[in-house]
Amino acid sequence: MTGTYRVRRGDVAESRNAVHFTFDGKSYQGLAGDTLASALIANGVHLVGRSFKYHRPRGFVSAGSEEPNALVGVGATQSRYTPNLLATQVEIYDGLVAESQNRWPSLETDAGFLNEYFSAFLPAGFYYKTFMWPRTAWKKLYEPVIRRMAGLGKAPAEPDADRYTQVFAHCDVLIVGAGPAGLAAALEASNSDATVILCDEQAEMGGSLLSDRSASIDGMQAADWARAALDELRKRPNVKLMSRTTAFGWYPHNFVGLNERVTDHLSNPATNQPRERLWQVRAKEVVLAAGAIERPLVFTDNDRPGIMLAGAARTYVNRYGVVPGKQVVVFTACDSAYRAALDLKAAGARIQVIVDLRKSVSGYWVDKARAEGIKVRSDSIVRGTSGWLRVKSAQISNAQGGDAETVACDLILMSGGFTPSVHLFSQSRGKLSYSEELRAYVPGESVERERSVGACKGLFALESVIESGAKGGRDAAAKAGFPPHGERSYAVSAQSVGADAFIGSVMTDHQAEKRAWVDFQNDVTAKDVRLATREGFRSIEHVKRYTTTGMATDQGKLSNMNALGVVSKQIDVAVPKVGLTTFRPPYTPTTFGSFAGQSRGDLFDPVRKTSIHAWAEAQGARFEDVGVWKRAWYFPQVGEDMHAAVARECKATRESVGIFDASTLGKIEIVGKDAAEFMNRMYTNAWTKLEPGRLRYGVMLREDGFIMDDGVVGRMATDRFHVTTTTGGAARVLSMMEDYLQTEWPDLEVWLTSTTEQWSVIALQGPNARKVLEPLVDGIDLSADAMPHMSVREGRICGVPTRLFRVSFTGELGFEVNVPAGYGRAVWEAIFAAGKPYGITPYGTETMHVLRAEKGYIIVGQETDGTVTPDDAGLGWAVGKAKRDFVGKRSLSRPALVREDRKQLVGLLTTDPKVVLEEGAQIVLDPTHPIPVPMIGHITSSYWSATLNRSIALALVRGGRSRMGEELSIPMPDGVIKAKVVDSILFDPKGERLNA
Amino acid sequence: MLSPAIMRSNALSPMQSSGTTAASTTSLSVLPDAAKLVFRGKTEAIEAAGAHFGVKPSLEACRFAAVGGRSVYWLGPDEWLFQAVNENPIEVFGGMSAALQGQACSLVDVSHRSDGIAVAGPTAALVLNHGCPLDLSLKAFPVGMCTRTVLGKASLLLSRSEEHVFHVDVWRSFAPYVWQFLDEARSLS
Repeated sequence: MTGTYRVRRGDVAESRNAVHFTFDGKSYQGLAGDTLASALIANGVHLVGRSFKYHRPRGFVSAGSEEPNALVGVGATQSRYTPNLLATQVEIYDGLVAESQNRWPSLETDAGFLNEYFSAFLPAGFYYKTFMWPRTAWKKLYEPVIRRMAGLGKAPAEPDADRYTQVFAHCDVLIVGAGPAGLAAALEASNSDATVILCDEQAEMGGSLLSDRSASIDGMQAADWARAALDELRKRPNVKLMSRTTAFGWYPHNFVGLNERVTDHLSNPATNQPRERLWQVRAKEVVLAAGAIERPLVFTDNDRPGIMLAGAARTYVNRYGVVPGKQVVVFTACDSAYRAALDLKAAGARIQVIVDLRKSVSGYWVDKARAEGIKVRSDSIVRGTSGWLRVKSAQISNAQGGDAETVACDLILMSGGFTPSVHLFSQSRGKLSYSEELRAYVPGESVERERSVGACKGLFALESVIESGAKGGRDAAAKAGFPPHGERSYAVSAQSVGADAFIGSVMTDHQAEKRAWVDFQNDVTAKDVRLATREGFRSIEHVKRYTTTGMATDQGKLSNMNALGVVSKQIDVAVPKVGLTTFRPPYTPTTFGSFAGQSRGDLFDPVRKTSIHAWAEAQGARFEDVGVWKRAWYFPQVGEDMHAAVARECKATRESVGIFDASTLGKIEIVGKDAAEFMNRMYTNAWTKLEPGRLRYGVMLREDGFIMDDGVVGRMATDRFHVTTTTGGAARVLSMMEDYLQTEWPDLEVWLTSTTEQWSVIALQGPNARKVLEPLVDGIDLSADAMPHMSVREGRICGVPTRLFRVSFTGELGFEVNVPAGYGRAVWEAIFAAGKPYGITPYGTETMHVLRAEKGYIIVGQETDGTVTPDDAGLGWAVGKAKRDFVGKRSLSRPALVREDRKQLVGLLTTDPKVVLEEGAQIVLDPTHPIPVPMIGHITSSYWSATLNRSIALALVRGGRSRMGEELSIPMPDGVIKAKVVDSILFDPKGERLNA
Repeated sequence: MLSPAIMRSNALSPMQSSGTTAASTTSLSVLPDAAKLVFRGKTEAIEAAGAHFGVKPSLEACRFAAVGGRSVYWLGPDEWLFQAVNENPIEVFGGMSAALQGQACSLVDVSHRSDGIAVAGPTAALVLNHGCPLDLSLKAFPVGMCTRTVLGKASLLLSRSEEHVFHVDVWRSFAPYVWQFLDEARSLS
């Protein structure tokens, strides 16, 4: 059995397979093509959720993505569980497991409905009011209790097992929505050479045509025409049809985000299918054919299960072959509900009465209803309902009040007219204008290259919908540069339902509005909205935030216009003056998975590794992140912690020889006859006199005079420099150089090329470095005389070309071997083997930091923070005072930059040599000074020095260089640490070792 | 002493054997080593460079020219990439340098800076569009086109040598990421 409410109506129902699924643990049977909603309704289930705040029983209001109530969790396992899906969109398949949300212990007996009894204490603005008082209630009541009860779905407990992808696409014409307008637009636009994408959020394309049993087009029933049109489109090579694809966001310059749900409807998806695909489409022209959403009516107790939109009931009966109720009361302000009533009647339902708000009613649909014996009551309202888990009756009275008549029913249909879906149009910054006739906003002036067609433009008669779609399609193709080859005509036969509409509350008795819901999902009543206006909120943006109307996951698709209507009437201001809340993407909730796409695990971010990385990994190195580079941090041996490993590495390098991978350093080749002049302008140093074959330490400033980067530069030839930068600064430095070259000095004959990844850089440091290297090198004399400190030679090492630097960042005799990156690993291993007799020791970045700190060498970004000048860092010697100009020169003479009490780099030695200071700690003169204690500096680097057998630190201290020998205080949580100011060079101040 | 050819390692060597086994109509393969030189300089110099190299560099933006295993890619108004497949970088660089003596230009050997990947098959463009925002239709990105662009979070040089064959030239440290990215994309399309 597929449900007692199944009728032979939809042609889809003819040959559909049975599908088995569970809802809240109970097994049900539906038919292929059903949504979870239509399958449950077929089984007589209307109770599907509890409301957000008061936990009132709720049922299906709609049949589409505007559904506010039927939020369900879907997924048999936590790793495939998704909360807050709409039952009206979830397609059933064999084995589907779904559950209701926001209820405990069960949907039928939910303890949360107790909120209902306290509703007087939970008025609009309740959450804001709780921010004020009482304070003690936060811990005991608000946080633990309210947070749990007010939740919406549960986040899955395990990582998502599915994969997601993102794809960029381009087309000439993108059409959003495949209802009558969208189909006509696609037929016309693709009758050209334009590439066309037609997307629709539903499983089956056709939109309202699929639910229409009265209209015909080109002699075919509406749904058949839609299918024929789709067949035709499928045959065209320039058309891409995308169903289950929501255009959720508009971004600048016709960039539209589409979310395609690929596998959610399948029992057994193929392994090569992502769950969802996020399409980022750049369209030359866009046709918006998003349709319109029916509006609920606001009356007392309008939220009981069994009260739904008239059009939704029509869709259930005509498209899915499911009748949502057998005794029906219809409450309407327009003709379309009559059409729905007639369709339900034809399916076997009994229409008790049609209650119409309008004073007098007439026309085709009214006459037809009357002719079929349906009782029509004009100038009347439904002013209340009864029934807890399902509606049981409606109280009907005259619109102005008076005695009420109670009519038994299990279904109430409501219709307040239609609200055009202007979301994407509005996101595209298009101007909306208010239509008094439609009681709705419609698209006005466009800003981007798009046009709205059909119902989303406020056109509701099928003939004009198709006409506007066809025109929009032709216009879009032509504007994209592809005039269509012709026009076709459409013979539409349909009876109009007019455009009557209503917004606001139908109630005349404001006391009764306590239960007249405006926003179903966020539990906001007409009374709440009115209260907000009484408390002084007049702008709809303020009312929205105060009452939370329109702030739920449905973003007010059903509620916004009614809230506007209530406010407008209450404060007696025209609707356009009350305003309209901003439409923001996404149009419907979109998964995090879709936005993350491939960017998870290894693909979250590129991980840059040097060609020597795998060797270090095999040696058990620990790595640290430097930007997206992985750098070997230290190489612990068995039983060693970081402290022991670093102490050993430092000692080995100072006593014999250490080997270090410096490949990540940024490198730029600067070539051209004006290369030296360019260097003079970019760096503080003077370069003209640097001879080829020599190295120099260079400092680069920003225009404000503060240190931006530094590095060793080799002059390879008069017109060629090999520049190195910091690891993190490589891209920034190249960009700045290129910027200056292109915008300030285009006359210079000099060009830049990034060579960071061309070279592997192997640093060999220590008294035995030369001995290790000598046997491997061809054509270079490594002796101290032939190759002094700060020189560079070209030759071969292990048979491959090298640029061999004699340079030291440790204070020891040192070399940096540059070889083409592909040879890096092999050369490294050869050097390591040659170093074995000397106990060669690989060291990581931590040891490098300690060794350079002992020598007082700065690290940009550690000793500098963007406010440090060369003089502050003790690098005044590197500034070419005689140079006419360089970037930052003028700033260096600003008064603030030459003050004597600027923070200057000094060494700090703690009184207790065993205490290692904390980097970043603040330095004060008098720790007993009342708070706030004036701070005169901070620690920039601090380590245990195995070489000196004590702690060492570098610090920036106000007027530091004139404080030599002074004792300063570093207050820490567990006491004040004393330290003495010393020179920043703590080891081998004369530099005898590096010149060895 | 080992020969340079044996010593040379490619950042993609570990990737080739670790691809997904999922059937895909798009193949990924590592391109052979090549001598690669970045030329930057004035127009007169590029003509001289092209004459020596035996391939006339395109002066039209985003186009490459090829003769046999040698090709020249337009990278910018004053920048071209000269590539000679399976040739010795030192020899190619030496020859070019000599030919450009006295010319207003810069020539830099970047043979080891990047690795190459061929993306081939009828859905190659779709696979690349998983991370590359450009319009890769034949109309917008014809055979013979090249450009610097991005794939996911990596920069690269993309060129189309045949309707269904694209070449990706990417800096070594980004090459494994790009390979994995393409492998994931092709397994899902």
